[in-house]
Amino acid sequence: MGQHSVELILIRQWASYLTTPIFVIGADGQLAYYNEPAETLLGRTFDEAGEMSLHQLASIFEITDERGTAIEMNQFPLAIAWIDHRPAHGRLRYRALDGPWRLVDVTAIPVEGHDEQHLGAVAIFWEVSSS
Amino acid sequence: MKVTLWGTRGSLADAGPQTVRYGGNTACVEVQGEDGSVLVLDAGTGIRRLGTGLAREVRRVDILLTHLHMDHIQGLGFFAPLYQSGMEVHIWGPPSAMQGLRTRLARYMSPPLFPVLIRDLPCDLQIHDAPRGRFTIGEFVIDADLVCHPGPTMGFRITERDAAVCYLPDHEPALGAREFPMARRWTSGHDLALDSDLLIHDAQYADDEYETQIGWGHSTMSQAMRFAAMVRARRLVTFHHDPSHDDASLDALVDRTQAECDCDVDLVAGTEGASFAVKS
Repeated sequence: MGQHSVELILIRQWASYLTTPIFVIGADGQLAYYNEPAETLLGRTFDEAGEMSLHQLASIFEITDERGTAIEMNQFPLAIAWIDHRPAHGRLRYRALDGPWRLVDVTAIPVEGHDEQHLGAVAIFWEVSSS
Repeated sequence: MKVTLWGTRGSLADAGPQTVRYGGNTACVEVQGEDGSVLVLDAGTGIRRLGTGLAREVRRVDILLTHLHMDHIQGLGFFAPLYQSGMEVHIWGPPSAMQGLRTRLARYMSPPLFPVLIRDLPCDLQIHDAPRGRFTIGEFVIDADLVCHPGPTMGFRITERDAAVCYLPDHEPALGAREFPMARRWTSGHDLALDSDLLIHDAQYADDEYETQIGWGHSTMSQAMRFAAMVRARRLVTFHHDPSHDDASLDALVDRTQAECDCDVDLVAGTEGASFAVKS
């Protein structure tokens, strides 16, 4: 595995200082990093989970829209940002690895470098409530 | 290939009796290939003496600019080959999303900052946005990538046959890291510098100076040592010396870093005029 782009490295550094849960997807579509606040949301540390594809990520969690209807991986805001190269926002309900269902707002943006280089995507999670 | 340091000072030229050995000129390094081809890394004030001493038979020079901070371009207007008709000069620099390299360089190479316009230079001047990735200049293979420093800044790896030089004069890979070095994949400059035979790296600060300069885009000498160890560089040349560091304080900083850093790295203090024969 090669080194991540400096843009992604700086995003990780930035995310590691924030108390807002943040996911980072690399240019290869792998979940490359999530910060400590995101570990609390997911119920598993990044050290335990390691890098994984969006498909693997989607298979680990039960994810629905806010009314409880299951949604496809490519409807996740993070997947839209990475696949379609555009920002996306949505409200999701998911069951975390530690058990409870959580309701979150997710805002994702693509990370675009010079010469339209697609370097990855970033998603910020905001917990609405737990149920 | 032969690598010569024409300017090792960072941020601001500082000539005087206190900087005689390490030198007062700002960033400029010459890389001469076995066939005599010439690469110039950055155009700080050290480029003036390089230009006046070039062999007469050299008809093409390629200047690779890491970025456009003043200490890396200030000597450009005083580079003699620019004023020689028939000389082919290529300038490569970091791409910007907003303006081409020529437009950005013209902000310096035009009145009121400089009397000569780029368009009036008699040489055959060609200005390129350096591609992010691999390209070739003559027999040199160049790998270029953006590295951690304010504003678009490139690092370069220059390979001739099996010998590799990595040039990271302005680089803060420890920015934001709770521990440094971090994992290889998350370290700026790692792939450029990996297994290089000669690593010329930013070593501007002493450890106690870094606290107040975080985010300014530079490294401490001990960070440079740890970075060099991580990338398994065969030799580290310190570079971009702080203008407030005189020869005596730099000697002391080198000694202290060698003594305190538990790294298996061949550390060479970067002094103006030093040359290195680089072989794999």
